[in-house]
Amino acid sequence: MNAMAPVGAPSLPTAVDYRVYHDTQIFAAEQRNIFKGRTWCYLGLEAEIPNAGDFRATHLGETPVVLVRGQEGKIHAWVNRCAHKGATVCRSLRGNQADGAFVCVYHQWAYDSEGTLVGVPFRRGMKGVGGYEKDFDLASHSLEKLRVESYKGMVFGTFSADIESLDDFLGPVMRKYIDRVFQRPIKVLGYSRQYMAGNWKLYSENSRDSYHGGLLHLFYPTFGIYRQSQDSAGELAEQGFHNVFTFSKPKGDIDYGSFGDEANREMQGSAKLQDERLLQFRPEIEDDVGLHIQSLFPSVVLQQIQNTLATRQIVTHGVDKTELVWTYFGYADDDEETTRHRLRNLNLVGPSGLISMEDGEAVELCQQGTVGAEGKHSFIEMGGDDVRGYYAPLGMDENAVRGFWKGYLNLMGDALAVSAEASA
Amino acid sequence: MSMVDPVLQGLVDSLNAAYCLCLDDGRLEEWPEFFVDDCLYQVIARENVDNGLPAAVIYCDSKGMLVDRVVALRQANVFPEHFSRHLISRAVLTGIDGDTVSAEASYAVLQTRNDGETRIYNVGKYVDRLLIKDGLAKLVSRMCVYDTHRIATLLATPI
Ligand code: FES
Ligand SMILES: [Fe+2]
Repeated sequence: MNAMAPVGAPSLPTAVDYRVYHDTQIFAAEQRNIFKGRTWCYLGLEAEIPNAGDFRATHLGETPVVLVRGQEGKIHAWVNRCAHKGATVCRSLRGNQADGAFVCVYHQWAYDSEGTLVGVPFRRGMKGVGGYEKDFDLASHSLEKLRVESYKGMVFGTFSADIESLDDFLGPVMRKYIDRVFQRPIKVLGYSRQYMAGNWKLYSENSRDSYHGGLLHLFYPTFGIYRQSQDSAGELAEQGFHNVFTFSKPKGDIDYGSFGDEANREMQGSAKLQDERLLQFRPEIEDDVGLHIQSLFPSVVLQQIQNTLATRQIVTHGVDKTELVWTYFGYADDDEETTRHRLRNLNLVGPSGLISMEDGEAVELCQQGTVGAEGKHSFIEMGGDDVRGYYAPLGMDENAVRGFWKGYLNLMGDALAVSAEASA
Repeated sequence: MSMVDPVLQGLVDSLNAAYCLCLDDGRLEEWPEFFVDDCLYQVIARENVDNGLPAAVIYCDSKGMLVDRVVALRQANVFPEHFSRHLISRAVLTGIDGDTVSAEASYAVLQTRNDGETRIYNVGKYVDRLLIKDGLAKLVSRMCVYDTHRIATLLATPI
């Protein structure tokens, strides 16, 4: 392998140089071209900060960001980095800043909820000594502010001044599915945080990979409840990088007992669930969809799996450090019994999820296995070598994974090649 | 501060010690036996408890669900090979109501994976209700409230 060969050129949506998971310069280029580039990144839910002054610490890529609801009810986001010497201004994960002032502890520069600098101690000095010049302009030393837009209560931010609106970035297909989950007002049920020793793109591929579903996640087949007859389909946004998977319940009966009849012999496990309430599905949206996994590039997965609702925010802490922040929610009008059912259903998903804990391990296995494999390529040709807007049924294809790389390579442009030269 | 009943204290501490050794020895099939049939076992982030949010990463409200978890871990789930080691504090009895005792204890779980390094994996406290019957303590409910809200890779083996 020629050490000077660029990484970008030979990387195709069907074959990606393993270097992309390990190269710190590629990671830096991603922060510039993707997270700080022409994308809208998920920052949180409006429902997490319902009242004026409520705030929550979040991230955009690797950049620490604070999401705040201002006194007038509008949502703001700013980089959590003091304009004086770069200190972290907001030091809590969440809270309410009733007076709307965020004060840096180091030299007490004070910012309002929009991130505008509103006060500096000793601005005029003392008795004519010290202080700032007369022309020191508070407003021009504010925190770095993000453009913020939300769709159906999902809040996104961007550093880009000229990117299209959030609605256009998401596109009609993705919006339709977001509408589906956010059909009613929601309430947050809690968080979990999963820290993976792997590259963020491995997780992004994983959530778009329908191929592994029935092969890596063996909970359903082990308990004899693999549902072969369910309908499934995948849809992609135009750019390729957003996608949605849906699996619909078999027509008619949805009893646990009936699932076994539809399984082939290999899928009929011998184990029997002692408590079938775990898998109970109570349809609550006007369709038959029991599983909806939607990956919105670059930083969030929105899901409805049975009666679990969640966003999974992807935070990039480094080339091999990725945090998945799960925010679980229900509908605001859920009664106590419905909430209890959701909590029971949550056993299926998250870092201890019976049908999904394996994803964390899969990410780490790929990270470990590709160490030192620069110049070698993955093979992503299950179900073709193209990127289609629609694919059904799912499970025998990697269409959406190719869609991810198509979008990724477009955004990265020459950045991959340039970083390869710089590091050669 | 009222006097601690040394017999009760001993029953609760013995249960905790046996519970942790059972998990650390990998005798997962015996683990549900520390609970009454109609039990509640939760593993929940402290950040949720402190903010009044109910979502737990594990929520089993019957002994059957504990058994299902163990069967899934043995036969279905894929996770990094590991050993765990629980270090627990002496329990603090926080209330007595007939034959039911409330207690809390701190725990730290160290985990060792195939690379041989032992890491602090999960730290928190048990918030328990125990039924004392026939000189034996059984868990009616155990809430593992974990401080380590950054779960490394995944949480497979119960805490
Ligand atoms: S670093 Fe924030 S005020 Fe000095
Ligand atoms: Fe998965």
